[in-house]
Amino acid sequence: MTVHEEAATPEETAASTPVIDFSGVRRTYPGPPPVAALKPADLVIGRGDYVTVVGPSGSGKSTFLNVAGLLDRPTGGVYRLDGIDTASLGERDRTALRGRRIGFVFQAFHLLSHRTAIENVMLSLLYTGTPRRRRRRLAMETLEQVGLVGRAHALAGQLSGGERQRVAIARALVNRPSLLLCDEPTGNLDTGTAQTVLALIDELHTAGFTVLVVTHDPGVAARGQRAVAIRDGILSESDPADLAMRVLQTGGDRT
Amino acid sequence: MKARSSRTHARHVEPTRLSAWDMVDEAMAAILARPTRAALTVLGTLLGVAAFVAVLGLTATAAGQISARFTALAATEVLVEDAAEDPQTAGEPFPADTENRLTALNGVERAGVFWEPRVPGGRESALVSARPPSLTREQGEPLPLRAASPGYLRTIHAKVHTGRLFDSFHHDRKLRVAVLGKAAAHRLGITWLGGQPAVFIGSTPVTVIGIVEDVARQPETLLSVIVPAATARELWGAPGVDEQPKVLIETRLGAAQLIASQAALAIRPDQPDRFKVTAPPDPRTLRDAVDNDLKRLFLALAGICLVIGAVGIANTTLVAVLERTAEIGLRRSLGARARHIALQFLSESAVLGALGGLIGTSLGVAGVVAVAVSKDWTPILDPVTVLPAPFAGALTGLLAGLYPAWRASRIEPVEALRH
Repeated sequence: MTVHEEAATPEETAASTPVIDFSGVRRTYPGPPPVAALKPADLVIGRGDYVTVVGPSGSGKSTFLNVAGLLDRPTGGVYRLDGIDTASLGERDRTALRGRRIGFVFQAFHLLSHRTAIENVMLSLLYTGTPRRRRRRLAMETLEQVGLVGRAHALAGQLSGGERQRVAIARALVNRPSLLLCDEPTGNLDTGTAQTVLALIDELHTAGFTVLVVTHDPGVAARGQRAVAIRDGILSESDPADLAMRVLQTGGDRT
Repeated sequence: MKARSSRTHARHVEPTRLSAWDMVDEAMAAILARPTRAALTVLGTLLGVAAFVAVLGLTATAAGQISARFTALAATEVLVEDAAEDPQTAGEPFPADTENRLTALNGVERAGVFWEPRVPGGRESALVSARPPSLTREQGEPLPLRAASPGYLRTIHAKVHTGRLFDSFHHDRKLRVAVLGKAAAHRLGITWLGGQPAVFIGSTPVTVIGIVEDVARQPETLLSVIVPAATARELWGAPGVDEQPKVLIETRLGAAQLIASQAALAIRPDQPDRFKVTAPPDPRTLRDAVDNDLKRLFLALAGICLVIGAVGIANTTLVAVLERTAEIGLRRSLGARARHIALQFLSESAVLGALGGLIGTSLGVAGVVAVAVSKDWTPILDPVTVLPAPFAGALTGLLAGLYPAWRASRIEPVEALRH
């Protein structure tokens, strides 16, 4: 085990502290019969990493995502986020950590369709205690970062799929989280739009964000610096280059 | 370093929060996103609160109207009539000192005996003329006569135009004087009392000592020739049954009911049962009658409306919770705690209820004013009933939102995001 630096805010957390540190983390759903959806796993994701977790449906991907995103509690092992042992946290602190340190990007976008793009981004600042006046400015800056300033005042329901996902990414980014956690970010997009969204995620990684993408698509997984395969609840490092080769062979498998 | 471990870290993560202002903002945004549904949801509460305000306002207005009809004068008037079973044997109803017997009662301001004397000798002999009948060819005027004790003139608040009223001096000495009502004086052509004019009742001359300009009670006296009761008694005899002797009493404000119960006994302790005493209806009982019958019914209806409104809000909010499961999951992922979710739905239902309360109160007030204006009444709205009405709406919404909000807060984020 490494010695962790004290963590106050994401900015103050030392660069050497891993963002995600799984050691023997497992999740078993109570039976009968009990299902070990995530076998004891060790995984370290450093600051600024771009890691993809790839696996077919039923492989334990969602369980991994829920545990990593603090939406679900592991049944065993130690999970440190920004060096903070999440097992010892109460529900209030887990929620706070989730809201402040993790930015979620969902397959289904989860935008409020009757609100404008900027209002959807501002929603992320609602629970963090950001002064009301700063929210709009921060949201606008973040929309600029994802290239959507022109659509800031369009209703989310009137945006295209790609625009919606970019609004969702802006919403995830606006709190400057330690971790950008993307769940099938291109699952609801056509190939062309998916490429622009993936290019945006690449850019964010370059800008210094720690990115974790969970996907079933090897083509998406191949874009990470590191790819972790998951099968039957077991994580195993794999080589993104291999995945890229497989994509070339099967012609962009999107099963 | 390791010793400081996670507890220290935990304190470093600032808990998420939701300010009251943001909460209301979110509630308004959610309501405005579905305006039609919100309007329909609000309708029940609106009707309930409007009914409450209208019922309370209308009963208050109607009660006010009843009170207004009972002017102070009408409310202080008690009339005592002779209703003896056998008047022939019962004898004269009112003793000579009736006035004193009554004014001795605590609560009586003034009192007076009066009747309409019959002049013996038929209709001809009762005609009133300004000239001696022997000198005039035309007939006199058929003016009504009124015999009255001096207190009577005070009781009807006779206002003198010229001259003076008769008092106990004239009365006790049985002087042949008369006071004319304004209309009677006009009919007889008497406007000036400088020459001490006389009028002839039949062939009996009486001196006119005053003309009455106006009275507050018994306006028929304005057309009458009023003579002192003792004078009338001497001229035409004691009042018989058909002359309807009566006593008019003015009480202090609020004492009418009490005096009505005491007057008969005070006048004739030996035969209190022979009198029929008429007191003004007690405004309170009348108002209570109006209040109790209608108000209870309408308030019950208003209550039912409110309950229906609450059920409507509860139902809509519950449907909204189920519909917005994904939104709940999203908010949880953005840092909303379970209580923030509950508060959000609770504030939504409270705002819906408050909207219904506000609009309902406005409609209720408008209704009361409209009814009052159409009937030419004075609208009366008690602030104690109007001001809390919007809050009653908000409270209804709040109660209605309790269960849906609790349900919403129990939704697990993992489950919610699966949608």
